[in-house]
Amino acid sequence: MAIKTFAAIDIGSFDLSMKIFEFAGKNRMKEIDFLTQRIALGSDTYADGKISNEKMDELCRALKRFSSVMKSYKVDAYQAYGTSAVRETENFIIVQDTIAQRTGIRVDILSNSEQRFLDYKSIASRGEDFRRIIEEKTAIVDIGGGSIQLSLFDNDTLVSTQNLRLGVLRLQEISNHLNVGTAQTEKLIDELASSQLATYKKLYLKDGGIKNIIVVDDYMSPWVVRQVKAGDRKAMIGLDQFEKLIEFLKEGNSMQVARRQGIPEEKVPLTFISAVLVRGIARVMGATKIWVPGVALCDGIAYEYAEKNKLLKGEHDFEKDIAACALNISKRYMGSRKRAETLGKITGTIFDSMKKIHGLGKRERLYLEIATILHDCGKYVSMTNIGENSYSIIMATEIIGLSHIERKIVANVVRFNHSPFIYYGQQKSGDPGLEREDYLTVAKLTAILRLANSLDRSHKQKMKGVKAALQEQELVLTVETLEDITLERVGFESSSKFFTEVFSIRPVLRQKKVF
Amino acid sequence: MGEIDYKSSALYTNRELSWVQFDQRVLDEARDKNIPLFERLKFLSIVSSNLDEFFMIRVASLKDMENAGYEKPDLSGMTPAKQLKELEVAIHKLVDMQYSTYNRSLVPQLEKRGLHIIRCHEDLSEEEADYIDRYFAENVYPVLTPMAVDSSRPFPLIRNKTLNIGAMVCKKTGDEGLEFATVQVPSVLSRIVQLPSDGSEKKVILLEEVIERNIDKLFLNYNIICAHPYRIMRNADLTIEEDEAADLLKEIERQLKKRQRGEAIRLEVEEGIDKRLLKFLKQELKVEGAQIYTIDGPLDLTVLMKMYGLEGFEHLKAKKYEPQPVPELPADCDIFERIREGDILVHHPYQTFEPVVDFIRQAARDPEVLAIKQTLYRVSGNSPIIAALAQAAENGKQVTVLVELKARFDEENNIVWARMLEKAGCHVIYGLVGLKTHSKITLVVRREEDGIRRYVHLGTGNYNDATAKLYSDVGLFTCAETIGEDATAVFNMLSGYSEPVFWNKLSLAPLWLKDKFLYLIEREKRFAKEGRSARIIAKINSLCDRDIIAALYEASAAGVKIDLIVRGICCLKVGIPGVSENITVRSIVGNFLEHGRIFYFENDEHYEIYCGSADWMPRNLERRVEILFPVERPELKEELFHILKNQLRDTVKAYILQPDGTYEKVDKRGREVFDSQKAFCEEAMEEAKRQQEEISGNGRMFIPERHVEQE
Repeated sequence: MAIKTFAAIDIGSFDLSMKIFEFAGKNRMKEIDFLTQRIALGSDTYADGKISNEKMDELCRALKRFSSVMKSYKVDAYQAYGTSAVRETENFIIVQDTIAQRTGIRVDILSNSEQRFLDYKSIASRGEDFRRIIEEKTAIVDIGGGSIQLSLFDNDTLVSTQNLRLGVLRLQEISNHLNVGTAQTEKLIDELASSQLATYKKLYLKDGGIKNIIVVDDYMSPWVVRQVKAGDRKAMIGLDQFEKLIEFLKEGNSMQVARRQGIPEEKVPLTFISAVLVRGIARVMGATKIWVPGVALCDGIAYEYAEKNKLLKGEHDFEKDIAACALNISKRYMGSRKRAETLGKITGTIFDSMKKIHGLGKRERLYLEIATILHDCGKYVSMTNIGENSYSIIMATEIIGLSHIERKIVANVVRFNHSPFIYYGQQKSGDPGLEREDYLTVAKLTAILRLANSLDRSHKQKMKGVKAALQEQELVLTVETLEDITLERVGFESSSKFFTEVFSIRPVLRQKKVF
Repeated sequence: MGEIDYKSSALYTNRELSWVQFDQRVLDEARDKNIPLFERLKFLSIVSSNLDEFFMIRVASLKDMENAGYEKPDLSGMTPAKQLKELEVAIHKLVDMQYSTYNRSLVPQLEKRGLHIIRCHEDLSEEEADYIDRYFAENVYPVLTPMAVDSSRPFPLIRNKTLNIGAMVCKKTGDEGLEFATVQVPSVLSRIVQLPSDGSEKKVILLEEVIERNIDKLFLNYNIICAHPYRIMRNADLTIEEDEAADLLKEIERQLKKRQRGEAIRLEVEEGIDKRLLKFLKQELKVEGAQIYTIDGPLDLTVLMKMYGLEGFEHLKAKKYEPQPVPELPADCDIFERIREGDILVHHPYQTFEPVVDFIRQAARDPEVLAIKQTLYRVSGNSPIIAALAQAAENGKQVTVLVELKARFDEENNIVWARMLEKAGCHVIYGLVGLKTHSKITLVVRREEDGIRRYVHLGTGNYNDATAKLYSDVGLFTCAETIGEDATAVFNMLSGYSEPVFWNKLSLAPLWLKDKFLYLIEREKRFAKEGRSARIIAKINSLCDRDIIAALYEASAAGVKIDLIVRGICCLKVGIPGVSENITVRSIVGNFLEHGRIFYFENDEHYEIYCGSADWMPRNLERRVEILFPVERPELKEELFHILKNQLRDTVKAYILQPDGTYEKVDKRGREVFDSQKAFCEEAMEEAKRQQEEISGNGRMFIPERHVEQE
């Protein structure tokens, strides 16, 4: 296989970094260069919602340098992502255009959940180590500037993920604002964190039993990795050992710590906050072991690229994680797992048989799966107006791995499953809405979900097996059941109207009685 | 017994005085009758050029401290004022001995061998005087700029380090008093003027005498009362205020112009100078007492280096040594292929520097090479390396060059070619704010079938093909992935990016290097305490870092055997009971300037060897970017160990530091005569010869038609 070279660029709120990767042969992903430069965009955007002119110049200069490094490695492709600082700029489109004009680099935005998902992929890029650890109950603590993300793993699968506004820059701001010393900072962070973590614990940690914590951050990771033992990235450390490490950060002022510990001076307070935070989380969860793989977003970006381009065979099924995550959300809102499963089978069958007609891919199938899982979560709030309620719940819940737009697609599919479909261009004013393309996806998936839903109107899972076959202008659905399906037939009639409208294919229901 | 304070000032020698001892050792070489006569001239010249630099940098800096009222004692407990006082005594003694060597030993010897140096123009024969006057009128007069001082013309700026002739004159009309006049001995003309001679004998006179003889022709309306040469040295310590300088380059250019105007810190005058003239100079230049050096002989003996170049005395010079080819890297080989076969060590000047130049040349041409990155500190005038880098950039490679503009006295030079590189399309980094980049590293990134491969050259010497013929240094070629990754990280850091999470193999100053050394020394100490054998051998140029010395003392006290080969300054004292009884220090001063830094740590019989760009000086460990690299291939470790062992065996060029602080040559009685530099030359020649025989041996086997018929 030819060697591919790829550049991953991460425009963070604290610094700008780029990693160059080389993909050669099977599953060989090798980092060959890593550049980091401090540009604190966050301080601008968090305060004003805009990137100042000076910072913009600095950013463009830095990206231009990156661009020449990319050229020197003759990279085949690159991906540049902006995270929260860029995400929170009000004038992103202008920023994006300016950067493209001045540096030739196109910057895309990562939503929080996408970013977290990539971070999570970056850990998974460590392969074997990751799998070994998540066999036990494990929490991934992903620490960012503005917020942190706690994701729980049980038995190999992601079970929940939650964003808490406990980012290190945020915490630093609070402690700066209060103008406290190191000892007090420690206490302050513990207190700030524990109040939020207590709530979190009540909601998500009923079963307890978290053994390991995996930490992803740009603050304490480099230092801890160095401390743990240069070169041995697999090493896990005990909580007690970690607590000892924290003591090193308290010996003397920032300058002394920086010199002794080899941390850039401006990063010392952030390293400290990050470490104290991790310790607090470990204590709340009762975890005893901590793994700091020292990965960064760039690793995740590269992993994603490699997956997409079939340069790597992923060992972990991330889509399964997204679905698992959705299942957990559904569980929280008393969704019926059984019904979701039945419905899932039917939607899946229809989707697959209609491939030639709808032209949608794997990713859209995942939207459908999630929409199916979450199709009735709104009833937790009220039995009437399920569509709107479900929509609100989904839009307010983070689903790891889905971008904002993707979540919106899913939410709309669920909504229109219950409520009348609103056509493109007729949305209420003020709704930022979706692009045409996405809107079409919503329509198609809604049609499928509605049709499937109608086949299980009674919620009794009458349809044991559903087979679908596309025959010219008809989609023949053959169901095997001995039960009376009159109710379903009624629903089927009405939902097939929309289906026909969308696909120009008429669904036909056939019952096959198997004794 | 109480704890010994290893940092007590009583245990340290002052670095400036130690430096004077070093210059004394160079002088000792000039006094050594076993050395060819013209080589002795060279050493005597080096004593002078060393001293000039010492004045401009060190004495000047002490002067600055004194002027600023800075009282903090150095590691040996001396205040700047005290150091200056003791230096005056030591330097005067050194200079006296230098001139007595010149007058009593070298000049008579030269005379005997047919080189007559005419000291005063008064000694010229009529015929010769005639020739000289004509020479003056035709060649010298047109370039002179005489200047007189009177009420309307203030005392002119006398340029640093230049040789001048001062005169007291009075108007021919005789109605006014004495006036001062001065003229610079032009540096564009050769200071040595050869007189016509017959046969093998040569007669020369110095340019200042020629001018002195004809000085009346410069001041036609005056009577010349007296005329004598003089020379001044100014404060030239270049401290750039980097925090304020927005554009480092401009700042240095500005500083260079300013450098001429520093305060005078030394005045050299001819013995027997007219008292009125001396008084005037003292007054105008504001120098006094021991700052004035009354010289018995020609001022500025660096002229002897030119004397060395006179033709016709080859038999009085050491045979010129030709650097030998490196067996692993014959001319025209594919260097990258050779490096892939295994790490390669080169030892200059015994082995040629050509492969290093070739490395960059080949990289510049190689279509698979993506990038070349290099640090440059001091580069030769017409550097083939610069040409190759420029060529590489023109060939579309990404070329990044860090040019250290703060390299002492070379700035003017460096700026010119740095600009040239930029024009060729190289990315030039003009040094780092607050740090001198002293490390010597080259990285070539090459795209190969199985991915990116990085080739690295690490050295102890500068990328300077001229000095590589004179300085002894070692260099390593490798394509080890670990070092390649580190090298990439080094250049990323030099380009302003953050440090990497890990360093695989390299240790960098100013961030990690000192700790690494302290750790390695401490480790030996631990082994010694556990009763295992422990040993350190370090070959460096200077040793004056207090923390390192204290660590060495502690290690010695614990029983570590420590052998130091320190060419220059050494603030460590040997033979102090309970402190440094296990430490030996030797200094090797030979034809080649000892320059490589090699460190050996026994590490409980798994010895480790490192090489690097750093001395054990605070400036190297704390204010410079330096690299220390391990050499790990067993054969190469063996080779480096061999270099160290040879130097410890040296009985010809080695001076041993005594417990009383003096240096003495090795007592040769009962020992073999062993000159390590000579041995290295011989070894390199033998190895090259063996290699040559192997090749030609094969040639005979495979090319029978080469057989020549006998007549």
